[in-house]
Amino acid sequence: MARLPPPVRAGVRASLPLLVGIVPFGLVAGVAAVDAGLSPVAALGMSVVVFAGAAQLAIIDLLRSDTPLFVVVLTGVVINLRMLMYSASIAPYFQRYRSRWKAVLAYFLTDQAYAVAIARYTADEPDDEAAGHDRERDGSTTPEADADDPAGGRDWFYLGVGASVWVVWVVATAVGVGLGRGVPDAWGLDFAVPLVFLALLVPRLEDRPTTAAGLAAGVVALAGTGLPYQLGLPVAAIVGVGVGLAVERGAGQ
Amino acid sequence: MTDAFVVATAYGPLSVWTAIVAVGVATYLVRLSFIYLFGRIDAVPPAVTRALRYVPAAVLAALVVPSIVSVEPTVVGTLTADRLLAGAAATIVAWRTGDVTATIVVGLVALWLVRFVVPV
Repeated sequence: MARLPPPVRAGVRASLPLLVGIVPFGLVAGVAAVDAGLSPVAALGMSVVVFAGAAQLAIIDLLRSDTPLFVVVLTGVVINLRMLMYSASIAPYFQRYRSRWKAVLAYFLTDQAYAVAIARYTADEPDDEAAGHDRERDGSTTPEADADDPAGGRDWFYLGVGASVWVVWVVATAVGVGLGRGVPDAWGLDFAVPLVFLALLVPRLEDRPTTAAGLAAGVVALAGTGLPYQLGLPVAAIVGVGVGLAVERGAGQ
Repeated sequence: MTDAFVVATAYGPLSVWTAIVAVGVATYLVRLSFIYLFGRIDAVPPAVTRALRYVPAAVLAALVVPSIVSVEPTVVGTLTADRLLAGAAATIVAWRTGDVTATIVVGLVALWLVRFVVPV
C-alpha cells in the first residue's frame, strides 16, 4: 500500500467503507454457484468475467432451474443495462485518455467504483455549485487539466477504487466456493440468493412509479411461473417497466 | 416449494461457460459504450434513461417474488410457507436498515427457525 501512487492510495482508502458490504454478497455468489452445480473454476471465472454481483446471482439462479440459455443471458445483460448510465456519466472525465486505457478503465465500472469516483470528480469541479466546496482547490482541476497530470490522475483514483472492489469480490467469491462445498442442503443457503435480491430491491422502491414497477413485475412473475422456458421472467420485467413508465406519466399530469 | 430450489443445473460446462462469457462480453460492452464513444454520442436518450430507471426494480422483483412466494393448495398454507415468513422478516430488515448482510442473516435465521424450531 505504501508504495502505491498517491491517487491509487486515495482510491483504495475511499473504497474501504464499501468493501465491507461486498464480502457477504461475494460469499453468497460463491456458495450459490457451487450449490447450483457449477464447477469451482466456473464459479470463480464468473466473478472475473462478469464482475457484477446481481447479474451473477441471476445467472446462477436461472442456470440452476435449467432456464433456456437465451433467457439466462438476456436477464444477466438486462440487469447490467444500468451501467449504460454510469458509462455516459463518467465518460466526460475519461475523454482525454487513449482508447486502450479507456478499454482498461471500462472493465472496472461497477456500482461502487462509479459512485465513489463520480462523487470525487464532481466535488473537485470548481464551478459545480451543488457539489459543495469543502475541498479547497484552484481552477486547475477540470477534467482536461487533471487528465494531463499523472500525479493527481482521476484515472488512478478510479483504478484504486475499482481494483479494491475487484480483489475483495474475487476473494470473497473464492471463499464462498470453498464454503459452499461443505454446506448441507438442509440449511437452505440457496435462499440467500433471493435475500440478496430483496436487499437490493427494497431501497429501489423509492417512489410510486418504482414501487408500481416492482409490484407489477412481482405479480406477473408469480403468475407466469408455469410458462414454458421461464418466459414469465422477461415478460414480468417488461410489464414492470411499462407500468413504471405509465404511473410516472400519470403522476406528471 | 418448486424444484428450482433443490436441484443442481443440468447444463454442462460448455453451456455454463457460454452463458458466463456472453453476459461478460455484453456487460463489458455496456460499460465501455459511452466511455469509448463520448464525443460522438454525448448522452443516453432521455426516453431510454426513463425506462432504465425501472429496470432494476422490475427485474429484481421478477426474480425475488417467485423465489419467496409459493402458491400452495390452501391460503393458510401459502401464507405460512417457511420462505414467505422468512422473506417477510428479511423485507422489514432490508426496509429499515438497507443492509445486505443484515438482510441475509435475518432471512436465513428466520428460515431455520420456521423450518427446524417451530413445531408443525
